Amino acid sequence: MSKFIEQPRYSCALGAQQSVVAIKRAVPIVHAGPGCSGKVSALIGQGEGYAGGNTIPCTNSSEAEIVFGGEDKLRGVIDGSLKVIDADLYVVLTGCTSDMVGDDVGQVTKEFQDLGQPIVYIETGGFKSNNYASHDGIIKAIIDQYVDKYAEQKEEKISGLVNVFATIPYQDPYWNGNLGELKRILEGIGLTVNVLFGTDSGGIQEWLTIPRAQFNIVVSAWPGLEIAIHLQEKYQTPYYHFPYLPIGGLETSKFLRNVVDFGKLDQEKAEDFITREEEKFYSFIERTADFMLEFRYGLPRTFYTILDSSYAIGFAKYLLNELGILPAAQYIIEDTPEIYQEAIREQFRNISEKRSADVIFCIDGGKVQEEIRANQSKHRSLILGSGWDRDLAKEINADLLIISVPVNYRLILNCGYAGYNGGLRAIEDIYDIVLNTYR
Amino acid sequence: MSKINIQAPEVMIRESRLGSITGFKGTAGQLVKCGNSGNLHDCSRSFSQCMGCSSGNAFCQLSMIQDAAIVNHAPVGCAGDFFGFNFVYRVGQMERDLPPVIGRYFSTNIEENDTIFGAIKKLEETIRAAFERVQPNAIFVTTSCASGIMGDDVESVTENMTKELEIPVVACYCEGFKSKIWTSGFDSAYHSIVRKIVKPPEKKSKKVNIINFWGSDIFTELLAKLGYEADYIVPFSTVKQLEKISEAAASIQICPTLGTYLGAALEQIYGVPEIKAPMAYGIAGTDAWLRELGKVLGKETEVEEIIRSEAERILPQLDEYRAKLKGKTCYITAGAAHGHALIALLRELGLEVQGAAIFHHDPVYDNGDAGADMLDHAVKTYGDTSNYNVCNKQAYELVNILKRVRPDIMIARHGGMTLWGAKLGIPTLLIGDEHFGFAYQGLLNYAERVLETLDNTEFVTNLAKHSTMPYTKWWLDQDPYTFLGGDKHVKVY
Repeated sequence: MSKFIEQPRYSCALGAQQSVVAIKRAVPIVHAGPGCSGKVSALIGQGEGYAGGNTIPCTNSSEAEIVFGGEDKLRGVIDGSLKVIDADLYVVLTGCTSDMVGDDVGQVTKEFQDLGQPIVYIETGGFKSNNYASHDGIIKAIIDQYVDKYAEQKEEKISGLVNVFATIPYQDPYWNGNLGELKRILEGIGLTVNVLFGTDSGGIQEWLTIPRAQFNIVVSAWPGLEIAIHLQEKYQTPYYHFPYLPIGGLETSKFLRNVVDFGKLDQEKAEDFITREEEKFYSFIERTADFMLEFRYGLPRTFYTILDSSYAIGFAKYLLNELGILPAAQYIIEDTPEIYQEAIREQFRNISEKRSADVIFCIDGGKVQEEIRANQSKHRSLILGSGWDRDLAKEINADLLIISVPVNYRLILNCGYAGYNGGLRAIEDIYDIVLNTYR
Repeated sequence: MSKINIQAPEVMIRESRLGSITGFKGTAGQLVKCGNSGNLHDCSRSFSQCMGCSSGNAFCQLSMIQDAAIVNHAPVGCAGDFFGFNFVYRVGQMERDLPPVIGRYFSTNIEENDTIFGAIKKLEETIRAAFERVQPNAIFVTTSCASGIMGDDVESVTENMTKELEIPVVACYCEGFKSKIWTSGFDSAYHSIVRKIVKPPEKKSKKVNIINFWGSDIFTELLAKLGYEADYIVPFSTVKQLEKISEAAASIQICPTLGTYLGAALEQIYGVPEIKAPMAYGIAGTDAWLRELGKVLGKETEVEEIIRSEAERILPQLDEYRAKLKGKTCYITAGAAHGHALIALLRELGLEVQGAAIFHHDPVYDNGDAGADMLDHAVKTYGDTSNYNVCNKQAYELVNILKRVRPDIMIARHGGMTLWGAKLGIPTLLIGDEHFGFAYQGLLNYAERVLETLDNTEFVTNLAKHSTMPYTKWWLDQDPYTFLGGDKHVKVY
């Protein structure tokens, strides 16, 4: 299969610099060519934040570092970063130049680690993988090189404490909102929740409690799984895997009940929370039902998905089971490793009790669009895609909800689609777009 | 000696072609003097923050050619700027009444295996796919650090594909590591266009090339008064249009940082005269620029009339603005030539320019004409500017300086810098449209916006109260140039 990409919808391994930016008071130190960091920010960044964007220290590798090696330059920039940038954690990430030349970044970083500096490194040369894969690498690097060293009472588990590995910050444009909702609902059933990234996390102090979790929760088709397995081996922490983003009443309740079973949590307390949340959620659904049934000018009846697998499954289940919108072609764009593809297919085979949907793995957005054009649904449809899909939507008369990067047509702050609240938000956003098409 | 050689696949980078630098502290006058005497030294920084690279600047010029497709021979991350430029492209279509089309950009997606075995096959496949899907009239292949280090023979591939597909398939060499000056990427894009797209002139036309980005249309009216037609290049042009730019009556650059190479190449190879004058910013600059334009186009009388009537039109209002702006202080951060232009413009308005952080410095342009040095013009016309720092987007230096200087307003020309004014509670203005400050009207345009920004302090005051500062107290107490050192002599140019 060809592997070129028209309309890229993710970044390279170095894209994980944004996972660092997403940790409170953490700063990436990029050992790469001069434009790399900015290009990551351009695609998936959401403003400077604390020390992202143009604040990110970088060696800006030039010809001299290619020819003579870039270790000295890196040493200087790390030294400067520690002095100039006020941060709790520094993460050195490499780019293509360093990895191809073979700089010993581990050794340079170690010099600073030995001085007791909170610094870790990871090789993220762009050609090595994409940011879906390298995100796990970042977490692993921080755990192995920092958390493990500085965490106290690692052996003593804290009852009810969980680490959640859910979305990939910034690659998921709604990461912050999604993590906020996941934390809210898991707290609702009695857990103490480390989300590790974003405004609802406790920064580095929270990371230091990772080893003490009672169990880990992976909410994702596959990113995050490697970390959970690693933590199981390292700290004997069991993990529960929910293989997509739970959206809306059905899936969120299912997710929570599974967590309750897995963690042997207080059932009564959890059921109490779930009941209250469902009541609220479905009271809104009830309010919209007559609109959905009666609106005479046309609402989307089928949907195309051009998303990563965690979103694709989550939205497909929600749209079908709770809004009655039927799946058309489902495209998954994150370069899913083959070992995970069958499980994703299986999810689509049982997308509802009576229905299955085909799923196509394809990283080339241009090809996806050609196929959709050639195979248009005869009903008004909804596209869950990215900014790249704007003309396609117009051409085939579809409504476009932008879920995937690049998102340039939306400004996102704390919006999220996970959980009960995310489900309601999705309805508002979808029908806002639909209703806006009428004059 | 001219450094323009379109036989060579690659254009020399600015450091070696023009002696350009990215590190300097002093005054504007000192910089000009060093530059003129061939005594310019570059300084490197032992601590630095992320910059831009050539590939982005090359892409920004090539990606909006209406009937071309672009193949970026790189890992997928290098394509991170695709959509941003696609967005600019599409907004520009709206402004120019062009039909909505999407930019057709492809990444060869270089992966680990490719770095061992090379990615020539992949590149060929991608070029073929781009051809089949887009049916373009040209395909540009932009390179990357990875493809450069791997040593893929992009030149042979593009030559073979040109034969196979019977359209120009053109390599544009813009590996990020090659130059510290990302505007070298403009030169790479223009070199590829002059080398493989532009055809020798068959006749002279009444068109004037406007080497520009995607600013508002201000040249059509001006040139119409002189009996000429504005031909905006390179964004929003077509391959056919670019083939003919050798036939133009003249070339105007909205900014020599952008157009130095293309302007000079068209003059030296095809005899298209370039307007070599200070940029049309501030009154003296605009007068000089217009007179040069009149001379080149043979329209001196008409130009004198424009100068007279425009002066009459704007001077009363300008004086009003000057009275209001008197005593106000400002600090500037911008790319090179545009930064020089802003110094002239703001001083013309009577603001006190307390300093500037300018991204790089070209001591001379490809035309070799000292008359085109806008910084020299600004210093001679308005006096020296102190705290002149050549600083390639190093926000840490900027914050440190701003905290000391505390201007009434910060004027920025590029993204990523404004925040540092605002976070300190300093009203900050960024004008996106690069033609906004041009000529006489530009003075009024800027004056109005500067006054508006000075007045609108609510937002920055509140933001300053609630925002964080990632720089250490230690750093903010240091000399801003603490990390700038290690003078490196730049080879003679």
